[in-house]
Amino acid sequence: MSTLPTAKAEPERSGFIGWGRVGLACVVVFALVLPFMSSGYHLFQYAQVLNYAIALVGLNLLTGYNGQISLGHGAFFAIGGYASAILVAKFGMPYWVTPPIAGMVCLVAGFLFGLPALRLEGLYLALATFALAVAMPQLLNYKHFDALTGGSGGLQLAKPGAPFGLPITSDQWLYFYCLGFAALLFLAARNLVRGRIGRAMVAIRDQPVAAETMGVPISYVKAMCFGISALYAGVGGALSVTIVGYVSPDSFGLFLSLSFLVGIVVGGLTSIPGMLFGAWFIEFVPNYADQLTSSLGENAKALPWAVYGVLLIALMFVMPRGIAGAVTAMAARLQRFTNATKRA
Amino acid sequence: MVTRRELLEYASLSAVAAGAGLAARPLAFGADMPGVTATEIKIGQTMAYSGPASAYGVVGRVEAAYFKMINEQGGINGRKINLISLDDGYSPPKAVEQVRRLVEQDNVAFIFQSLGTPSNVAIRPYLNAHKVPQLFSATGASLLGDPKHFPWTMGVNPTYRTEGAIYGKHILATKPDAKIAVLYQNDDLGRDYLSGLKDGLGEKNLGMIVKEVSYEVSEPTIDSQVVTLQGSGADVFLIAATPKFGAQAVRKSFDLGWKAVRYIVNVTASFTILKAAGLEKSHDLITASYAKDPTDKIWSNDEGVKQWTAFCQKYMSASVIPDANAVYAYGVAQVLMQVLKQCGNDLSRENVMKQATSLKDVPVSVFLPGITVSTSPDNYYPIRKMQLQRFDGENWKLFGDLISG
Repeated sequence: MSTLPTAKAEPERSGFIGWGRVGLACVVVFALVLPFMSSGYHLFQYAQVLNYAIALVGLNLLTGYNGQISLGHGAFFAIGGYASAILVAKFGMPYWVTPPIAGMVCLVAGFLFGLPALRLEGLYLALATFALAVAMPQLLNYKHFDALTGGSGGLQLAKPGAPFGLPITSDQWLYFYCLGFAALLFLAARNLVRGRIGRAMVAIRDQPVAAETMGVPISYVKAMCFGISALYAGVGGALSVTIVGYVSPDSFGLFLSLSFLVGIVVGGLTSIPGMLFGAWFIEFVPNYADQLTSSLGENAKALPWAVYGVLLIALMFVMPRGIAGAVTAMAARLQRFTNATKRA
Repeated sequence: MVTRRELLEYASLSAVAAGAGLAARPLAFGADMPGVTATEIKIGQTMAYSGPASAYGVVGRVEAAYFKMINEQGGINGRKINLISLDDGYSPPKAVEQVRRLVEQDNVAFIFQSLGTPSNVAIRPYLNAHKVPQLFSATGASLLGDPKHFPWTMGVNPTYRTEGAIYGKHILATKPDAKIAVLYQNDDLGRDYLSGLKDGLGEKNLGMIVKEVSYEVSEPTIDSQVVTLQGSGADVFLIAATPKFGAQAVRKSFDLGWKAVRYIVNVTASFTILKAAGLEKSHDLITASYAKDPTDKIWSNDEGVKQWTAFCQKYMSASVIPDANAVYAYGVAQVLMQVLKQCGNDLSRENVMKQATSLKDVPVSVFLPGITVSTSPDNYYPIRKMQLQRFDGENWKLFGDLISG
């Protein structure tokens, strides 16, 4: 873990053009124009990318910045999703108040899970969280919770339309709805890692002994980091359930947790914007792989995951620091180039 | 930290972008007959090619091969059938995404045989809101046949509940003083079977069930459950379990020397599963069925099974022949052909649904004699009858009449 770059690998204000700001402005414009150029089906996918990205940011805070590996974030995604669905379906709450509540539920759940997990390091923690992911679908299916969870039949939710008579479709609205939460949570994460707590998180990851000597309350920061990380996953899950309109134990299989880990590595550990790439990868690449193998004929139907695996390995070879790492490296090269031309 | 100025910058930028975007509205989709041209009809499907239920992926593969055969024979009404079958990994959110792609991007005429209860329940509101037929969902869950609330959604299998009721009726008729023990899987499948059994026995006779024990799919073995059930002193044992656990229950109940009349549910009654349990230990098991078992010698001269075997050899592979799920898919594809035939040249979604709800005694070559498919606008359960069969140590032997649940 000590080879990972810290949060401030790139200088704050590089050159007077500020490629970072230009890039961010482009992303913002793109994100806002996108829904008016896309079909409902694509918007559904983009919204799902945003929800995954929120969960990935949470996992990245925990794994990338704090060095705690979790193979069980699908479980917090599930808790958030179910919390939202139950509040809407059983308690008649409007859907838009549920993500913060789901987040709080997960914050508590994550913090409590994080406390005993403090005794576990590295791979042992990975196994403990893995157990959580394995157990979650069955807990959700437990018959004494049926009255709340709907059992294996799950819960159905109505698809919300645009509020205040806005002249946009339901899909456009839901995209903006997820975008709003994503923007807020991305900003919060960015501020968190750039502040005192962020430095403490990274210090614990790299030099726990030194951090402790400096007076960093290790247990508290680690457990809180787990809680905040779960909060992110929970909000992502709640939003996802709203746009899908249905929740069941099968929605949150073990594979989801593994996908999240793939997502943060592909996106780039210790990168917040990189999580958008990671989310894009876990949402779209399985589809591309499926299409690629479909063109090979009916007997290749078992192959999409093999293709997915090959793509993943290739990507890790070409971009060992994830997509965000590659973009940063490219931007740095560009900066050097502009600086050189200026000097010439 | 983000400064207030930065925030203002982005906020104003956002407002401009949103204003510019509002002008351009997305295109509305829809024509009179989406997915239909003079030479082709496009239909869609989500299937579990990967994930926990990937063993069912054969359903999609058989159907693709079946339509390939039909297309080689000239298609239907001069149109080729183009089945777009997408993997959903048995994940409901993925199924919703893929179905939206099928409807909005691929522009399919309707959805055919999407697999799995959770996925079908998840896509149902969307398809009904857009008035896209969701035909012959591949699941036996009884909640899929609900024409009042979801007129565009229809299942096909005899429901688990229907099957459970058939066992109840048979027990009542042959052993009115039976003491029944039930082992069931703790999910919709197991619970549907249990409530079906209770339907079949009737309100007054519920006392006949002396013990119900459930298990979770995650448990490695169910031996202790079987011991508990035997301890109840029951003389009838209903095994409402999926294949792995069904085989364990058959073996354990035999090893314990439990002399009970054993019923095993149809999803677990295939020959390969009994082989895993031990054929001698499977002696005298009873199950209900509606499709022919291609490995059974009594069908060796049957025209339907012969066609099935020939089809497998030409379009699939010989290893598929004994697979009950494959036979099922072949049968349901025939039912769809009847729907398309009845539609003639009007392949609008309304007419597809209208014809699917007015099937009259449609014969299916691989279903048991006398089992036909019928529907009506208020009956969304196409197959309602089954016949009982007993395992003689080598083959299933049909007995008695067709029973409806």
